[in-house]
Amino acid sequence: MSQILRYLFFFLVVRPLSYVILGLNVRHAERLPKNGPAIIIANHNSHLDTLVLMSLLPLSVLPKLRPAAAGDYFLRNRWLAWFATEIIGIVPVARTQKGGNPLAGCFEALRANDILILFPEGSRGEPERMQRLKQGISVIARKFPNVPITPVFLHGLGKSLPKGEVILIPHFCDVFVGEPIAHTESNQDLIGTINDSLAALEKEGDFPAWE
Amino acid sequence: MIHLPPFAATVTIASLYGVLFLSTLIILLLKRMRPEVDFSEVTTRTNSWWVMITIFSLAVILERGAAIIFLGFISFLAFKEYLSLIPTRRADHRILLWAYLSIPLQFFWVYNYWYGMFIVFIPVWIFLLLPMRMVTIGATEGFLRAAGTLHWGLMITVFNLSHAAYLLSLPQIDNPMAGSVGLLLFLVILTQFNDVAQYVWGKSLGRRKIVPAVSPKKTWEGFLGGVATTAVVGFFLAPYLTPLEGWHSLIAGAIIAASGFVGDVIVSAVKRDLGVKDCSNLIPGHGGILDRVDSLTVSAPVFFHYIFYLYTGPRLESLL
Repeated sequence: MSQILRYLFFFLVVRPLSYVILGLNVRHAERLPKNGPAIIIANHNSHLDTLVLMSLLPLSVLPKLRPAAAGDYFLRNRWLAWFATEIIGIVPVARTQKGGNPLAGCFEALRANDILILFPEGSRGEPERMQRLKQGISVIARKFPNVPITPVFLHGLGKSLPKGEVILIPHFCDVFVGEPIAHTESNQDLIGTINDSLAALEKEGDFPAWE
Repeated sequence: MIHLPPFAATVTIASLYGVLFLSTLIILLLKRMRPEVDFSEVTTRTNSWWVMITIFSLAVILERGAAIIFLGFISFLAFKEYLSLIPTRRADHRILLWAYLSIPLQFFWVYNYWYGMFIVFIPVWIFLLLPMRMVTIGATEGFLRAAGTLHWGLMITVFNLSHAAYLLSLPQIDNPMAGSVGLLLFLVILTQFNDVAQYVWGKSLGRRKIVPAVSPKKTWEGFLGGVATTAVVGFFLAPYLTPLEGWHSLIAGAIIAASGFVGDVIVSAVKRDLGVKDCSNLIPGHGGILDRVDSLTVSAPVFFHYIFYLYTGPRLESLL
């Protein structure tokens, strides 16, 4: 039942929102993973980020799409928790250290050949500005050395729905997909590599600072 | 909801498809004959024309209300493109919502035959409302730039384009051959035809640059050739699609061509200022909506007021 609702929600709400209300300028869509296991990482500015990334892939892989999201935020009440886990299909990540591995859900998703969507910045932060990347992604990468990591740079969604705003303003969103990042168990500086590739993607566009 | 448009309008749409079909056929033949040449650019462009003409024809065969909603949607896309290109301030997040809300209202006045409101809503009321709301937010740094660019965008993409829709709300003009939709078809077809005609004239004869700083490829020869050709085509098309006769139809073609050129170079100047080549990549091979309707942003109000003046005269009593 919730699987049907999930399809309906993405077909009737999320896709029209992404492609009609917002409008996406996608570059290099062919670099996106076709099937799992795979990891898509992106910079994080807005709640819309997850929905836009999920609209980039065909509806047929929807059951495989699992965005990693903060458990304390999205599971804070029953209804939100139902929506987040059943409809969006999030993998809850515990942001506080309290029993068990906070990334256990991510490992499980990758073992099930799912496509994990991850925001290495950890939270949305200031709109249209990158923050320091957290270590989580390198922990996952070390455990799954053969899973490709595709970086995506998003621009404009922070302007459409910045943190703390409830009113969505239609705004074109640029989506620049990078080459999958090669990584091995010995790659010490994965964070640095990801940072560089996101920065390189950002340079493909000419984005003035948003004040 | 769907009704058969008047005879001449139906024939016009059928001919558009005829031209499109012929071009597609020619491209296919060229591909066969000269496989070494890359035709991918012209192929994507033609494919996009198929989509655009189909969507436009659907709008034309829809009833008036649906056609007006369709044109409002084009305005929405163009305004969104404009907003995504210009630098906006974070403080103005909610102001932009008000600006967006003016779009459905403006097209509602069109639907409602409320000419008095249609003609002052954005130039007067929105022009006063947005800065007032911005003052209550209180950010003064960059105030003039933000208020100015925002309103300029609304004028170009919403107010000007809504004149094309108002052609559908002129029932007082008796046009048995094609109905009010004939005027819209006449405007849009001649505007797009003029783009092509200016390009062809410029390519074949163009020598003297007309606005070198803005559009280095545009020439006097292209401009004048385009105006002359469009005037002649207008002269022959007008009896089928409009109530215009004789000199009036020749002048109609010429002013659509000249004002279309102005719209084209204005949008080019904006793109140069912002340092972009296309407004977006919504229409493969063409760029964004704003790149496609650039000429229409000026030719729509100019043609509308030409028609309006001819058929309602200079004084308001004649509206009654």
